[in-house]
Amino acid sequence: MPDLARAYDVLVLGGGNAALCAAITARKLGASVLLVESAPKAFRGGNSRHTRNLRCMHDRPTDVLTEAYPEDEYWEDLLKVTGGQTDERLARYTIRTSATCTPWMVEHGVRFQPSLGGTLHLSRTNAFFLGGGKALVNAYYRSAEALGVAIAYDAEAQDLDLRDGRFHSATVANGGTSHKVSAKALVAASGGFESNIPWLKDAWGPAAENFLIRGTPYNLGRVLRVLIDKGAKAVGDPKQCHAVAIDARAPKFDGGICTRVDCVSLGIVVNKHARRFYDEGEDFWPKRYAIWGRLVAGQPDQIAYSIIDSKAVGKFMPPVFPPVKAGSIGELARALELDPAALEDTVKRFNAAVRPGTFNHAALDDCGTEGIEPPKTHWARPIDTPPYFGYPLRPGITFTYLGVGVNERARMLMADGQPSANIFAAGEIMAGNILGKGYLAGFGMTIGTVFGRIAGEEAARNARQ
Amino acid sequence: MPGSDLFAKAEFNMQVCNACRYCEGFCAVFPAMERRLTFAKADLRYLANLCHGCGACYYACQYAPPHEFDVNIPRNFAQVRAETYRRYAWPSFLASLFERNGVVVSLATAAALAVFLLATFYDQAPAVVFAAHRGGDFYKVIPHGVMVWTFGLVGLYVLLALTIGFVRFWRETGEPIHEFVEPAALGHGILDALHLKNLRGGGDGCPYPDERPSHKRRVFHHFTFYGFLLCFAATCVGTIYHYVFGWMAPYALWSVPVVLGTVGGIGLLVGPLGLLWLKGKRDPDTDEPAQFGMDAGFLWLLFLTSLTGLALLALRETAAMGTLLAVHLGVVLGLFLTLPYGKFVHAVYRVAALVRAALERSRPMPEVTFE
Repeated sequence: MPDLARAYDVLVLGGGNAALCAAITARKLGASVLLVESAPKAFRGGNSRHTRNLRCMHDRPTDVLTEAYPEDEYWEDLLKVTGGQTDERLARYTIRTSATCTPWMVEHGVRFQPSLGGTLHLSRTNAFFLGGGKALVNAYYRSAEALGVAIAYDAEAQDLDLRDGRFHSATVANGGTSHKVSAKALVAASGGFESNIPWLKDAWGPAAENFLIRGTPYNLGRVLRVLIDKGAKAVGDPKQCHAVAIDARAPKFDGGICTRVDCVSLGIVVNKHARRFYDEGEDFWPKRYAIWGRLVAGQPDQIAYSIIDSKAVGKFMPPVFPPVKAGSIGELARALELDPAALEDTVKRFNAAVRPGTFNHAALDDCGTEGIEPPKTHWARPIDTPPYFGYPLRPGITFTYLGVGVNERARMLMADGQPSANIFAAGEIMAGNILGKGYLAGFGMTIGTVFGRIAGEEAARNARQ
Repeated sequence: MPGSDLFAKAEFNMQVCNACRYCEGFCAVFPAMERRLTFAKADLRYLANLCHGCGACYYACQYAPPHEFDVNIPRNFAQVRAETYRRYAWPSFLASLFERNGVVVSLATAAALAVFLLATFYDQAPAVVFAAHRGGDFYKVIPHGVMVWTFGLVGLYVLLALTIGFVRFWRETGEPIHEFVEPAALGHGILDALHLKNLRGGGDGCPYPDERPSHKRRVFHHFTFYGFLLCFAATCVGTIYHYVFGWMAPYALWSVPVVLGTVGGIGLLVGPLGLLWLKGKRDPDTDEPAQFGMDAGFLWLLFLTSLTGLALLALRETAAMGTLLAVHLGVVLGLFLTLPYGKFVHAVYRVAALVRAALERSRPMPEVTFE
């Protein structure tokens, strides 16, 4: 356990990718650094432990990336998903800097691999970490320890002494006692509030009780709350979070990647009344992925059921829990505790509406429905080949968008737009500046790596003054 | 752990891994897993034997304990491997030896055989055993014919037992026997074994004995394996000398068999000691404690085989030769007899699994994913 009583040059709050990038960078510039992670060691790393890649601009193929991914295309992808809720200057800066991240990452122990099985669509844009995000986090912690970064686990920053935009000290709870930790500069890299159910309920009402959280229970957003309460500029939609449809049988917290279920486009999705409620064939995976959590959250009791027949088997990433299986639609309904007559009726009407076409899951094909609401515009095939399978779905909350404003040097902005004297922010806590809404695979890690390194550099420089 | 729980756990682990896939770049297990949607016992036995127990996936795992999914592939697959070793053992009633073949039993077997041999030599000709022999002629102590017959028969038995084990393993995978000798896959599989490609952890080595990646285990395994191979080569050359050229042992210090045996012997001193050292330091989180005895017993026998062999070589012209010969032959015989019922069998099933993995890689990817 490091000495919490002494004064450090740089105090880093958080223990994920951005925090580690900041701590390593600041330490290499000669600053004394304390990193404070609220989770115990086994669950360290925040949401980074569940990530798997980094979206990387590149002009030519690299050892792990195919073809090229130029700045403008990257920017357009971001523009598309955010619907303009972004800051072009910060975004383009992030995109350009992403091209220089991987050598630094390799230097600090991160290893890359070609895109994973089932993720060919990302092989051009995203560099995958060998072993995934936890392996990356482990490598950074090894690197930080070797450099002499002091690390406190199970240590939660609960309050900050912050006056006129200047940080003086933090109140850190550890092992039942409260410590006042002072430092010359602060890096806030402690993520969002996705695990904070009461906070989610503020935005979503009682429905949030039924949400499953994909990360650890430690992403409470306490530092974010304190910063905003004490005058930091808030950015990003305070009420929104990124939610995907995951298996309802997943654990309440920390189910991570493996709980996702994506056979939505191969069948139909019904709510607890066995009624369809949205076009399952509207679009491809990235968009589908980003909207279905919210769609399920909008249904009664926040539950839905993805229903497929045996034609779909083997055509989607295998989910972690086996499907509920039955020889007939009625039986399947009973097994899923749905009204058998209602589900039979829904399937019958859906099947009758399916128009003939040439099924092609790799394109927006011509298999659509006619005369049914909501329609299924692509990949519609009758559900008629037993056995039938069902997966129960719930919203799985990945991350939140609310953050604090920053400038290009990662310096936190106060509500009046003035930069803070010695507070810097990196990672999910400021990602809302750039990703105000939507989802772009691997972009969170890009923001964290780019701004983590800048925040570390600036904090070290600031501490020297 | 009772059998069904063990396989239920292994099946759940593979379902988690197959839905996650982050560890795909570490070793051959995960790409092989991705070719499947369901994991029957036969699949799990194959995948477990493909696993080298390096630990890379454990430290990278989001679902490792204390996560409630409790995914621990190195330990779980070590337990499945132990089950397969018993399952494929021949004759089947000797399968329980795997559980008893710890350090004490291995060493006691070797010691008992050494004492027995010494007593037999002494019984034949007491004066000869404790005399010094010019040139270290050990055939004075044990006639060539007796040695050849003893070790020949034991060797054939061992070969038979291992072959039957291999056939049982291969059959259970569902592959026809002739597929094993498909040249390209056989070549790839053997090459992967010779390089220990799957202990590279994707480049930096594997986190063994603790979470820091290193090549230590690969290096010490190479010492062990190639040491073993050189000693075997020494025996083969000696056999050729004897039967083809009529050149009788003992051979000169700089002769091919003695040089091969000495270099190999050094490998068999360094390798097993290194592996035992790493084993002692291994992170208890990834270890399977029930397997320690079997592994350590085999490593100690390898070490002692070499130590007694080198001692015999060094002192072959002294009066200690007869005793050392009995001890060395006792250890070698102990090693041979325990080969089919101890850690050595991992080599058979590992190579078979690697060849199967290479075979599968040569075939088109079955339709098991779409995203």
